[in-house]
Amino acid sequence: MNFDSKLVFLADTTNHTITVRKKFAAGRQLVWDCHTKQDYLDRWFAPEPLTTKTKHMDFRPGGYWHYAMIEPQGQEYWSRLDYQTIDPIDRYIALDGFTDETGTVNPDMPQANWEVTFSDASGHTLVQTVITYRSAEDLGKVIAMGMEAGLTSTLERLDKLLLTLEK
Amino acid sequence: MENYSHDLDTAFHALSDPTRRAVVSRLMRGPAPVKELAQPFGMGLPSFLKHLKILEESGLIISSKEGRVRTCEVRAERLTALERWFDEQRAIWESRYEKLDGLLMNLRGEKDEL
Repeated sequence: MNFDSKLVFLADTTNHTITVRKKFAAGRQLVWDCHTKQDYLDRWFAPEPLTTKTKHMDFRPGGYWHYAMIEPQGQEYWSRLDYQTIDPIDRYIALDGFTDETGTVNPDMPQANWEVTFSDASGHTLVQTVITYRSAEDLGKVIAMGMEAGLTSTLERLDKLLLTLEK
Repeated sequence: MENYSHDLDTAFHALSDPTRRAVVSRLMRGPAPVKELAQPFGMGLPSFLKHLKILEESGLIISSKEGRVRTCEVRAERLTALERWFDEQRAIWESRYEKLDGLLMNLRGEKDEL
């Protein structure tokens, strides 16, 4: 590939935001579809070695995506993304929250605002996701819970495994 | 693991206040005496010392006294804990987007075959 497809990842503890930016080697319509259609989302959204399972998807303002990221051993992490604003194929705004299998949002856990924008970049597509937590305390809670849930430790194990394999 | 979570909670509580965030930002540039730290904030010294106490209890900063001057500095390893979480988030996005790169390549291939 002859373009910079590297991920840009900016964490800002002062404003409690995370910004993720990346270029994809495809047209905007296709990249948009991959972000907004269940069949496609199920094929990429969970990081390795997890897989994605959708329970409900209704991509329109007021609708939501209820899905799980599943570890190879079967442990499931449920979330839902509540769509608020949709401007095809430019951007969508959604609320990201932790749920259980029934889709009930965990009231003790903070939700994050996602603003995902899609723009043309010389034949490719630039996608930017800005994740905003309401406060530093909200972000702290999410971090603490992520550690407890063990999802991050899965990735740590993977990193360690990769290091071992490289030797 | 539980302690680690608790530590992060405390650290984030400490960082939830603008004055305390500003103090940590300032200290990232190097140690500073309490008097100098307090100066930009137009609040009484007792109130300011309360903020410093919360920061110290969270483990984000330490202070030491030499003669009549108390100097504060950040504890880099505590901030590292936060950075680690962000690193893990980055790893999630990297992995997720690697899959999307692959999916897009497949989908474009399918289209070309039509």
